Order: sequence, then structure tokens, then C-alpha cells
Amino acid sequence: MPPSPASNRLRRAAVPAFAFLVTLFARFVTAVRGVWIGNEPSDRQRVYFANHASHGDFLLVWIVLSPRLRRRTRPVAGADYWLKSPLRRFIGCDVFNAVLIDRNRETRTRDPIEIMREAVDEGSSLILFPEGTRNETKDALQPFKAGLYHLAASRPALELVPVWIENLNRVMPKGEFVPVPLICSVIFGPTIQVAEGEAADAFLERARAALLALKPVRNGSAA
Amino acid sequence: MIHPDLLNLLFGVGAILVVASAVGYVLQRRLSPDGQNSAVENLNDRIRAWWVMAVLLAIAFIGGRAGVVLLFGFCSFAALREFVTLTNASRADHWSLVASFFVVLPFQYYLVWTDWYGLYSVFIPVYVFLLLPIVSVLRGETENYLVRVAEVQWALMICVFCASHVPALLNLDIPGFEGRNVFLIAFLIVVVQLSDVLQYVWGKLLGRHKIAPRLSPSKTVEGFAGGIASATLVGAGLWWMTPFTMLEAGLLALVITLSGFFGGLVMSAIKRDRGVKDWGNVIAGHGGFIDRLDSVVFSAPIFFHIVRYFWTVD
Repeated sequence: MPPSPASNRLRRAAVPAFAFLVTLFARFVTAVRGVWIGNEPSDRQRVYFANHASHGDFLLVWIVLSPRLRRRTRPVAGADYWLKSPLRRFIGCDVFNAVLIDRNRETRTRDPIEIMREAVDEGSSLILFPEGTRNETKDALQPFKAGLYHLAASRPALELVPVWIENLNRVMPKGEFVPVPLICSVIFGPTIQVAEGEAADAFLERARAALLALKPVRNGSAA
Repeated sequence: MIHPDLLNLLFGVGAILVVASAVGYVLQRRLSPDGQNSAVENLNDRIRAWWVMAVLLAIAFIGGRAGVVLLFGFCSFAALREFVTLTNASRADHWSLVASFFVVLPFQYYLVWTDWYGLYSVFIPVYVFLLLPIVSVLRGETENYLVRVAEVQWALMICVFCASHVPALLNLDIPGFEGRNVFLIAFLIVVVQLSDVLQYVWGKLLGRHKIAPRLSPSKTVEGFAGGIASATLVGAGLWWMTPFTMLEAGLLALVITLSGFFGGLVMSAIKRDRGVKDWGNVIAGHGGFIDRLDSVVFSAPIFFHIVRYFWTVD
């Protein structure tokens, strides 16, 4: 059933209010700060690639970008999750304007790379989680999927910015529904690009290392 | 109705801050026009943060009991958030952490607000101490168990229990001092903050001998002695807004500044253990909330109990 014009207007009016409330709540829980190491906020077209441990990951990256950069930055997210209910669809599509990709190889009708390329060609920057799914392992970072490589190789002007999201996995571990307030940081590292003739595996390993290098070292673990 | 003494105090603090801002401005124009002198920039950040603190406290004081309880409840929340971030709390502690933030903290401040001394003085040290480890143990995770529960208890004692003794000063019944308890808070905070600043200033001027090189390399014997002595004198000079005589005010200021100083050392040791320089990055120039609150937190319960024992009638 197509939504009526009135409900469309209502929905559009709700977007900024909802975005404001979500941002306020996320700041209340995480006091999140952006940290730029060897890099600076820029208007150039970028792919922010980040570690993925929680559904709120893209939100934190989005919050620490300036409002001007936010408008042209779209998270890449799994359609299976974000189309599941009207509320998720509202958050994913209307509020954050996500680039939705189908992660199921068997049933999907369009290649995710093609969809991402389309968004890039429209001038958007992207927030991408190259691990593909949320990391529930003990390792800091899972192996990367090849999408980042294919996207970057076909659009060589794109700047690839590694982004380490620290602590959000502790705020809301898998299976919990009440967040624990903890301070989170979003750490941006130096831009990387695909080198001339670089193979996919070598590039993905290099990108993964660039991201891991941003992970803060903490003492004091009793283990 | 705002008490005339409170107005005097607010004007006094305002005047000091105006002078500080003017000095900071001149220093910045002379020494750091492009922000190159980090000491001057740091000083100006601090002055700006003091303005924010002074304005918030003034609003809270004018807002009365509810204002003060809310303000310190919020400070506790921010401090606890910083503290827990640096602990080993694991997934198995999720519910005890949720309970700490959303049940223990509001309930402690509710008890302070309703003036239930018999419960707020034992709630966290006894009931939470016994009950929270049970919440954690039900998950069956034994790795680092003692470390984890001890850290959560410590976090709650410091950030919630001790901090809540600042608004609890409003509950003390001091004959002849009715309706003016807010000055006890003002006295405590002014003395602690001045002691921090004066230690810094004396240390910069005369500091030669490090007092605790492994904990806090910037603290010196000269800064310690000069700061404590001058803050004690200022505290004695503030006797007019307290129920104390000048001598008593000076002695209490000495106790406050000493416990504040050693509290600062304790919190430094924890930061060093965890490999961080500041507790957080929320307040520009001051690090986190705990960096500003550590000395207040350590002196508040001691000040509270001394005043309660010697000055109140129950």
C-alpha cells in the first residue's frame, strides 16, 4: 500500500526531530568524541571503513562528523535488518538515508558493489563495515570482505579512511537491550588508497592493518 | 528569596573570575596570540571551565535543594561513566552495571533528597556491596571475578556514595544556621578548588622538589605546602559564611585540602595503572569530570561527618 501524502509529510517532519533525539541519547550514553590522527575532516568524497560490533556503529561515526559532512555521508547497511519493521525502515531509510544492500548471495537481485558505486557516483561519501557482519568473535577484527577493494579499485579517486570505533561493543553487548553508559571514541586514521596493480588480498590485508593500528592500547587488564 | 550572603559570595566569585579572565586575555595577547603557548591556552581553558562550574553552581544554589541534588546527581553519572570505562567489567557484569547507573545512582540521590540519613549512609557500602556481586555471579563467569566486582564497588563508592555527600550537606541540622546550609557546600568547593589552583600556582613559581614523582610528576613539595597553607588561610577568611569560628574554619579547610590532595594522588595512581592521562575529554582544559571532582569527592564525606558530629543536634 503506498503511503498517503499526509503520512509522507508527517514522516518528513519527524526525521529531524528523531535524528536530534537519537543523537542526544547517544551522546548521553557514550559522550562520544571524534579523534583525528594523521587526517582531518574534509569535503572530499570518502569511504569511512570501520570495525563493526554493534548496530549503533554507523550512528557514532555519523555523530562525530560535522552536520555538513553528515548530509552527504550514507551508511551502507544490510537490507535484511533495516527493512524488517516499519520503525527500522524509518530509521534506516528516512533518518540516515542508508545505502541498503542484500547480503544474501542466493536470493539477491543486484550486486552490492553496483549499488554502492551508484551512491558514490551521486556524490555521497559512505560508511562501510568491511567485516560484513557484526563481530561477535574474540578477535578485534574479522577478515574483510572484498567489497571495499572492488569499490575502491573501480573508483580510484575515493579516499579510504579507516575508522576505529572504541568501546561501543561494551555499551551494548550482543543480546542485551539496555545500554551501559561508557565513554566511546571514534578514531579516524590516515587515508589509504589501492596501489597500482595491487591484488585484492594484499590490499584488504593492508586496509585491515591500517584499521587495527588505530585500536587504542589499554593497560590494566587483570588477565 | 536569595540570601544576601549568597549574593555576596556569587558577586565575589564572579569578580575573581572576571579578573582571571582579564589576566588570561592579556597573557594570551602578549604570549600566545596564535595559540602557541600551551600553558596560557591551558590556563584559559581552565578559566572558561570555572565559569561554567560557577554558573552551574549558582543556578543550582538558586534552585535550592532540588537543583543541588540534580546537579551532583548528573556529576555522579558523568564520573561513573568515566570510571567504568576504565574497568575490566565484562559482558557478565552487564546487568550489575545497568543497575549501578539506573537504580543505585538515582536511588542514592533520592535518599539524599528525602534526607533519609539512616539509609543513604549504608545503602552503597552495605546493601549494594552485598547485592551487586550476586547479580554478576549469576552469569557464571569467574574470570577476573574478584577484580571485576571490586572495581564496580570502588566506582560506586567514589563516584556516587562520596559525591552524594556534597548535596547531603544540605541535610545537616545546625542550630542557628537554618536555611543557610548551601554555604557549607560553597565553603567546601571554594576551598578545594582554590587549593588545587594555589598548589598549581605555588608549584609553577617555586616548585623544585617533586613530592610524588611516580604518581604525579607535576606536584612539588613547594606547591603542596604553599597551596595547602594559602587555601587554609583563605578558608579561615571565609568563616563569616559558615557556622564555624575563624579558627575552626581554618582547621576544617586544612582537613579538606589535605584529604583533597591525597585523594588526587589516589586517583592519579588509578589513572597511571590504566595508562591514561585524563579520565575523559568532556571538559576542555580539565580532562574529565573526575579530574575536577577527585579532591571534592575525597573531602566531602570527611567534611560531612566532622560537621555532623561536632555541630549538629539530632
